[in-house]
Amino acid sequence: MKAALDILRKLLRDPAAAAGLAIVLLLVAVAVLAPLIATHPEAVWDMNPRQRLLPPSEAYFFGTDRMGADIYSRILFGARITLTIAITAVGAALLIGVPIGLVSGWRQSWLGEALMRISDIFLAVPQIVLAIAISQTLGPSIENVILALSVTYWPWFTRLIHAEVHSLRNETFIEAAIALGVPAWRIILLHVLPNVTSPIIVRTSIGMGFTILTASALGFLGLGAPPPAPEWGRMISESREFLPEAWWYALAPGLAIFLVVMGFNLLGDGLRDVLDPRIRRASTGR
Amino acid sequence: MSSIHGFAVQAPGDNLLEVENLRVSFATEHGVAKVLDGVNLTIRPGEIMGLVGESGCGKTTLANAILGILANNARREAGSIRFAGEDLLTMPRWQAESEIRGRSITFIPQDPFGSFNPLFPIRTQTMEVMKWKSPRRAAREGRGIAGFFSRYPRARRSADAAAVLQMLRTVQISKPEEAFGKLPHEFSGGQRQRLMIALALLPQPELVIADEPTTALDATIQAQILKLLKRLAKERGVSVLFTTHDLGTAYEICDRITVLYAGQEVETAPVDDFFQRPHHPYTVRLLESLPHPGRELREIGGEIPALVHPPAGCRFHPRCFRATEECLSDRPAVTPLGGGHQVRCYHPITEASRL
Amino acid sequence: MSEAPILRVDQLSRDFPVRNMFGWTTGAVRALDDVSFEVRPGETLGIVGESGCGKSTLGKTLVGIHRPGGGRIVFEGKDITGQSASERGAAAPKLQYCYQDPGNSLDPRWTVRRSLTEPLIVHTALEPRDRNARIREILQQVGLPLTHLDLYPHELSGGQQRRVGLARILTLHPRLVVLDEATSGLDVSVQAAVLKLLRRLQHAFSLTYLFMSHDLSVVRMMCDRVAVMYLGRIVEIASTEALFGAAKHPYTQSLLSAIPDIGGRRVTDTFALEGEPPDPAQPPSGCRFRTRCPRATAVCAETDPTLRPIAPGQSAACLFA
Repeated sequence: MKAALDILRKLLRDPAAAAGLAIVLLLVAVAVLAPLIATHPEAVWDMNPRQRLLPPSEAYFFGTDRMGADIYSRILFGARITLTIAITAVGAALLIGVPIGLVSGWRQSWLGEALMRISDIFLAVPQIVLAIAISQTLGPSIENVILALSVTYWPWFTRLIHAEVHSLRNETFIEAAIALGVPAWRIILLHVLPNVTSPIIVRTSIGMGFTILTASALGFLGLGAPPPAPEWGRMISESREFLPEAWWYALAPGLAIFLVVMGFNLLGDGLRDVLDPRIRRASTGR
Repeated sequence: MSSIHGFAVQAPGDNLLEVENLRVSFATEHGVAKVLDGVNLTIRPGEIMGLVGESGCGKTTLANAILGILANNARREAGSIRFAGEDLLTMPRWQAESEIRGRSITFIPQDPFGSFNPLFPIRTQTMEVMKWKSPRRAAREGRGIAGFFSRYPRARRSADAAAVLQMLRTVQISKPEEAFGKLPHEFSGGQRQRLMIALALLPQPELVIADEPTTALDATIQAQILKLLKRLAKERGVSVLFTTHDLGTAYEICDRITVLYAGQEVETAPVDDFFQRPHHPYTVRLLESLPHPGRELREIGGEIPALVHPPAGCRFHPRCFRATEECLSDRPAVTPLGGGHQVRCYHPITEASRL
Repeated sequence: MSEAPILRVDQLSRDFPVRNMFGWTTGAVRALDDVSFEVRPGETLGIVGESGCGKSTLGKTLVGIHRPGGGRIVFEGKDITGQSASERGAAAPKLQYCYQDPGNSLDPRWTVRRSLTEPLIVHTALEPRDRNARIREILQQVGLPLTHLDLYPHELSGGQQRRVGLARILTLHPRLVVLDEATSGLDVSVQAAVLKLLRRLQHAFSLTYLFMSHDLSVVRMMCDRVAVMYLGRIVEIASTEALFGAAKHPYTQSLLSAIPDIGGRRVTDTFALEGEPPDPAQPPSGCRFRTRCPRATAVCAETDPTLRPIAPGQSAACLFA
């Protein structure tokens, strides 16, 4: 715990990282509190044709869309979708990629080589094309978007972990643990894994930004949740017809995506700066 | 006496190198580390002086100070380093760089593995040194920016190349012509150290500083290198400042020995006298902690002090079995004991107390 | 020999592949070649040799970090050849390896307490209370205060880290400890402290030591018997007195003549061994020392001498010993 607070304090010293953290926390807060802070919570699902395409005003902060729904409220609820997709996709990629990386990095064996080649194959698949293929087959939905994203993102974790484990393998304290007779599974879980959490955390944060961007692209192409789900990418897609008169229609979701992705990237960079030198200092001893 | 690279003529019997009351400190993130606290050291022409001390005593800092290669955060607080009569610390930088460093005073480093550029063959690296530091090079040839563009005169180049090959033979590198074309990693540690000795002797220096040159070598190779270094130094009348933490190698090669503890020199003596009749408590304890058959091993209690807040007065007093109130006051003055033996201690161990 | 040996090594060998820059295997280095010896309970056997002689490989192979290519390792009567430490079960804690810098063998993210407890969790079924008691006992033996238990390695000095590393090995109450260059690179005063500590621990825990070092004067002080290695082979093995008094193998004699003797003859005057050790990937035919041996003859290029008894308790691998 002391270590976590320590990291937090160092992170806050960097203005860019602090901004990133603030944005991410804002996103989470918005997603959780959406029903409470939305001005028109019913706007997500109800239609109000008479209010359609109104510019931003006191009643409607970001204006209304083609169905007459309040864009501000839709953005807030859309945050839930965005966050769900990001957490689930990156989480799934983590859960698949990290164990595979641990296993393949630990020992030079045919299994490790085979796993790395399989990850290479998945790495070669373009996310968008795969997502299109999945939606065509299984129908457009958030679940399919998550599936496509996690299936193509896990190799990034695997490669990272594989490299880290490979270099850790030669560290004296790992060899000493082997000499002590500590079983391999215990060494991997208790010695290796804690030492690779820092790169995992950094990669996760950056991965969130990357995933949100791609998810928005998929939404834009109509592959995400079907309407009337307030998905940001889809909202931008809908707005195309009404540009440039209804400029507010594209601006709000666009800004939201931009802000959130930047937030995760800044946070990821800040974490990398804080975590890496700390590792080096901690392990050099005296 | 001939003039040495344009310096003032020296009378026989003068010291070649005189370090007087040298005080050097380093600015670190923990505070100011007072690494050298008024160190005195003299080296006569043609003698091998051993500088003995454990890690953190300041011997590398002293060697770097003489060479003029202290780090940026180092500051000379007091003292002088006189070489053939001139103070190295107040000399103009161009003179120190072109005439002293690598020419009148050369250096053999501790680590034979990192001393060479791994990309270039030996020929390139040795001839580069000879271009600038050859004894045949005129003093005013190509200084400063002009030097960058000056060519290597052909006549001098072939004379220098012949000198290099001859030196490689002298340091017992077999087949020197082949060695010329090889890369550093093709040589073993012992051979690389021989090459460093060759590079150190080619400019025909007056003083060679050897910083723990055999620490990283195996016992049999160490014996060969020590033998070679001693013979060449004596043959050519070159002085050597030989730093080490290994008293055995100091016994082998040195004419006189100075012991350094935490930045203070505590005892200086001719080698045999040093080992038979040590006077400073630290020296005595140091000799007692050497493994010797039939004798109990003895530890020196305590640890080497941090130099940011060193002990007052004599820095050894917290660990000294003879310390009294006096030892915390000022640092003891030099007490000459005859026969070139001197000690800095308020309670040196004399013959009477040696029981 | 009244008691059965605690460790017996028979014709142990291990090769390391030599790879060229493409990663293809172009040859092999015989890091260990036909190594055989015994260790008696309670004794300290010294293994000396210069770099490349194979002593580190020997230590790591005995402990299970490397797998031998051939030969047998028998510990306390049980054959443990080829088993890694985790495969040895009950035998593993009894045979331990101590690194040159034991501080480096600690996980930098674990507190001292956790590092010391881990071997006990893995190998014993002790209750937490008993584990703590044992840890406290060990800390006292190595001379560390209990307050250090909650510190991280980088918060300790080098000497204290070394003691923690030693303590960790001792928590398992081993019978034989392989000490790999325990005092190399240390200042003389620190070395004295470490050697005294090792001696005291040996008495307190009835340990047998396999003491590897390139420093002969330390070996002379610490060991009962000594084995000399050259290019993967044991070339001489004898009691300390016999070895230092009347070495039989020419390499041993050269090694002894290379040690400075303060107050005595100067090595720089008497030392005679020329040349360097040959490339381990291409050892000379016949006796591997013949390229530097002052007594080499034509016969030495043809036969590879094996260890044979020359005097009671002393064996050497030389045709002319």
